[in-house]
Amino acid sequence: MKFKPMSAIAALALSVPTLGMADADDDTLVINGEIEIVTKTAAPAHLSDALDEIISGWHFRDDGTQAMEMDDFDNPGMLGVEAAMDVWETVDGSEGKSCASCHGDVQESMKGVKAVYPKWNEAAGEVRNLQMQFNDCRTNRMGAEAWKYDAGDAKNMEALVTSVSRGMPVNVAIDGPAQAMWEQGKELYYTRTGQLDLSCASCHEENYGNMIRADHLSQGHINGFPVYRLKDTKLTTPQGRFKGCVRDTRAETYSPGSNEFLALELYVASRGNGLSVEGPSVRN
Amino acid sequence: MRLLTLTLAATLAAGAAFANPVSYADVVFNEDGGVEASLTGVAGNPEEGANIMKAKSIGNCVACHEITALADAPFHGNVGPILDGVADRWDATQLRGILVNAKMTYEGTVMPAYFKVDGYTRPGNAYTGKAAEGPLDPLLSAQQIEDVVAFLGTLKE
Ligand code: HEC
Ligand code: HEC
Repeated sequence: MKFKPMSAIAALALSVPTLGMADADDDTLVINGEIEIVTKTAAPAHLSDALDEIISGWHFRDDGTQAMEMDDFDNPGMLGVEAAMDVWETVDGSEGKSCASCHGDVQESMKGVKAVYPKWNEAAGEVRNLQMQFNDCRTNRMGAEAWKYDAGDAKNMEALVTSVSRGMPVNVAIDGPAQAMWEQGKELYYTRTGQLDLSCASCHEENYGNMIRADHLSQGHINGFPVYRLKDTKLTTPQGRFKGCVRDTRAETYSPGSNEFLALELYVASRGNGLSVEGPSVRN
Repeated sequence: MRLLTLTLAATLAAGAAFANPVSYADVVFNEDGGVEASLTGVAGNPEEGANIMKAKSIGNCVACHEITALADAPFHGNVGPILDGVADRWDATQLRGILVNAKMTYEGTVMPAYFKVDGYTRPGNAYTGKAAEGPLDPLLSAQQIEDVVAFLGTLKE
């Protein structure tokens, strides 16, 4: 439910002529004719006072962009996945190991991983996203250098590991030891920033379905990440996207790789609990 | 601020002729969130106002509002209400108040305050993503606000 007390009347008057354009469409997403993607479902319990239904960003894109995601041959994000397949098998670092040396077949060993990330790592005593876990393996098990945060290798590997979980429900844990960071992320989500004084919720909770200039606002989920953005012709990670959105409020952003953005990634991921893992997806 | 008496507002209106353009700290809101006194004492130019509302780099009002009279600008959004006929709904005092700080009219609105310069969380240096250096400039100057108010005043049905 959109909560907009002061403008209820104005919004009502305005939603009539624009309904067709503004609402999420009713298409269904099946990838390669076989992977069925849940793109709309009931909001998870922790979100039910704010939203009834959660909707993938896929529904807010035009038919052409949507179609590109329905076949891996048309999805430019899959080029990153292919590049990472090679890296998966490539020995690197002082220990003479590749990812495959420890994990074997990526399709088998990594299936389901993305669905529960970011996630609490007991041994390290911290919440980790996929890229942090990759770098832990690289530095501690392979004796290789850490990948630069959000740079090509890291993003491609994120796309590969995500792709093997497509169709599985996002199911990020928000309680237990991850809870403190989840609360921090929630706080950030609802904090208005910058000279435009807007929060994530201002756009993605109060105004999804509406147009802001030429952009059709989605609910801002990250079940489709990393996304291949046609505008940038490259993969974007959740934190890369957050940076752009915060900057657009005329605010000082946080950096990708910061604790704040990790907290936000955990929280935003949990808002999509129940949608299918969909990345790498295609967006404009 | 809403509690200021009429006397005070009148004082500002009278003083406005010398002390212009005013800064945000000097703006007096009435109890409805309107601002009675011109920010500059110089009549606004409606044509300039129209340009400010269309330009992405200036007011960018069409990002959120549809306005038939500005149909030549591409891509009007619908986050805010359609502004056709807005001058039948609001007088210049209220329109000025909505521009200066819309939150004084609509509590919690997503419409940005175009003349307010402080009280923000992590203010940036325009759209660079970097921290602001020194005091913020308002999103629109005092005269630009008056120009937009003048244009909005022409939107009658
Ligand atoms: C980020 C979105 C956004 C931007 C940008 C924006 N507005 Fe608004 N505006 C709104 C919303 C939303 C409302 C309705 C108030 C509410 O209920 O929150 C509104 C209300 C108004 C109203 C009252 C409308 C009525 O029918 O009562 C006027 C006038 C107005 N805006 C003018 C402007 C002008 C002029 C600009 C640019 C200088 C502008 N707005 C920029 C979102 C925006
Ligand atoms: C000024 C409006 C605005 C604000 C504030 C904003 N965003 Fe966005 N966001 C957009 C637009 C426009 C897009 C592109 C269209 C879309 O997918 O919604 C977008 C896209 C996204 C996407 C991509 C969704 C997809 O499926 O590809 C995510 C994730 C996202 N935003 C998260 C956030 C988070 C988290 C915050 C707060 C830190 C935030 N946004 C704040 C406007 C905004």
